[in-house]
Amino acid sequence: MKFERYGIGIAKGMMVTFKHLFRSPITVQYPEEKLVVSRRIRGNELVWYPDRCTGCATCAKSCPQGNIEIVSHVGDENSYVVDKFEVDTGRCMFCGLCVESCPYEALAMGIGYERAQYRRGDMVLSKDALLLSDIRRPSGYARPKIEATLPKQTLLVYWDKDREEGGQKVNFLTLSKKRGRGV
Amino acid sequence: MTLLEQFQLWLGSIWPEWAAYITPAIIGIVVVLGFVLTTVIIFIYLERRLLGRFQIRTGPNRLGPEGIFQPIATALKVLLKEDIVPAKADKVVHWLAPVIVFAPILLIFAVVPFDKGAIFTDLNVGIVYVVAVSSLSAVGIYMAGWASSNKYALIAALRTVAQLVSYELPVVLSILGVVLMVGSLSMNQIVESQSIPFILLQPLGFVIFFVGTVAEMNRCPFDLLEADSEIVAGYHTEYSGMKFALFYLGEYGHTVAYSAIIATLFLGGWQGPLLPPIIWFLIKIVAVFCFIVWMRATLPRLRVDQLMAFAWKCLLPLAVINLFIIAAEVLWLPESMPWIMVVLNFAFAGVLILLWSKLFTLGGGRVEV
Repeated sequence: MKFERYGIGIAKGMMVTFKHLFRSPITVQYPEEKLVVSRRIRGNELVWYPDRCTGCATCAKSCPQGNIEIVSHVGDENSYVVDKFEVDTGRCMFCGLCVESCPYEALAMGIGYERAQYRRGDMVLSKDALLLSDIRRPSGYARPKIEATLPKQTLLVYWDKDREEGGQKVNFLTLSKKRGRGV
Repeated sequence: MTLLEQFQLWLGSIWPEWAAYITPAIIGIVVVLGFVLTTVIIFIYLERRLLGRFQIRTGPNRLGPEGIFQPIATALKVLLKEDIVPAKADKVVHWLAPVIVFAPILLIFAVVPFDKGAIFTDLNVGIVYVVAVSSLSAVGIYMAGWASSNKYALIAALRTVAQLVSYELPVVLSILGVVLMVGSLSMNQIVESQSIPFILLQPLGFVIFFVGTVAEMNRCPFDLLEADSEIVAGYHTEYSGMKFALFYLGEYGHTVAYSAIIATLFLGGWQGPLLPPIIWFLIKIVAVFCFIVWMRATLPRLRVDQLMAFAWKCLLPLAVINLFIIAAEVLWLPESMPWIMVVLNFAFAGVLILLWSKLFTLGGGRVEV
């Protein structure tokens, strides 16, 4: 006798929601808890290495919006000295073309994503605001060497490799431990 | 003799008669109002947290420890909002409707026994009084829908009236089963005669009563009158500020009141071992409420025709059959062996529910009502 059509579906549904009571919440309490972002994230900042930069302005040419402004003069050792390197992230669409086009890997996308500002002028990153520092680290976008050093992303739904047919497994017990590692 | 009557007698010996008559009444109103408001605030918080847990969220957890001040903030926000009355609204009716929705809830609590003596009036027709008074709020909802001069509000109001009229019948018939066993309409006697809770003695009656009351208090999955995917916010589309707060209070107050009635009629009321009776009663109210929240978290909303068909084709015949079974058992089974009745009634309930769900199936796996 099949009970599928005798209201057993309601009982099944009630059991599903009942089991949810004992799972840890899937939501992330953002300012306190932060997930580890993707290693190749195009965060809303850029990291610039002045010692590698030759001032060739390839990045400025590749930018679809023309956000990057470079002013340089010829230095002593037959090379350019960069006077001004400004990126207007307010108009940037974070396509990453500047990072991809740089021949000397002098530019990288940043890993940070918390750069909301009150004024448009604050979105313009000057030379000093582009340097590598503790709070401004490069992401692995188009930079495989950097990518290898970064921690892996926290996934809310883990892929279960053990099952033959694959399939998603929601691993809620490990989630609460892995969470909150910070960015 | 209830506590309040004793208090009145004692007052009468020292105060003039009119003061001794009025003072207990005012105390009773204040106590009921306080109880309803506090439980509603606690239940709103409880529902939001529980609903969050059922949906693998946390629910409100910002304001105060674990978010316990969230309902107070919500109440403040609602109270401070502008009170808007539509230009074409029927002003008086529009103003009166929230009061009529909220007032019956306070009236219900007049006959809910919290303890052996802790009942405001031990009416000898207590349960009939509850049935009569609780249907009043439908009038308020209909007034709200009519006075708003809004098509969505009116549709919601008509739905409510249809729903209430349909579900009143099975609810009353399942109450009759309880009354048959007790032999009295008084709420206190209903509780006192439950040495075995009636949920065990009449499982089918409990299911019918529970589903019917959930429909009457307009909670999920029967909350057609505020189906926001179809009719915006239903009857309180045109309400804001304090009036909306009263509707909100009314909705949750209804849930509290009906949880209390369900606990009284079927779960043994204040009866229970070890703990004091009032604690048992509150535990039962919260348990019923949690089950209602669980249903809300799980079940999707019914369609209008499904709703009506469920009341008339499923609940009503089952309630009539249940009434006949209980009557026959009360008449012929010896009272000394209630456990035979428990086994029998559980068997009857299982068979009848299976039979009726069979009637409600059409086609291969396609379930229609």
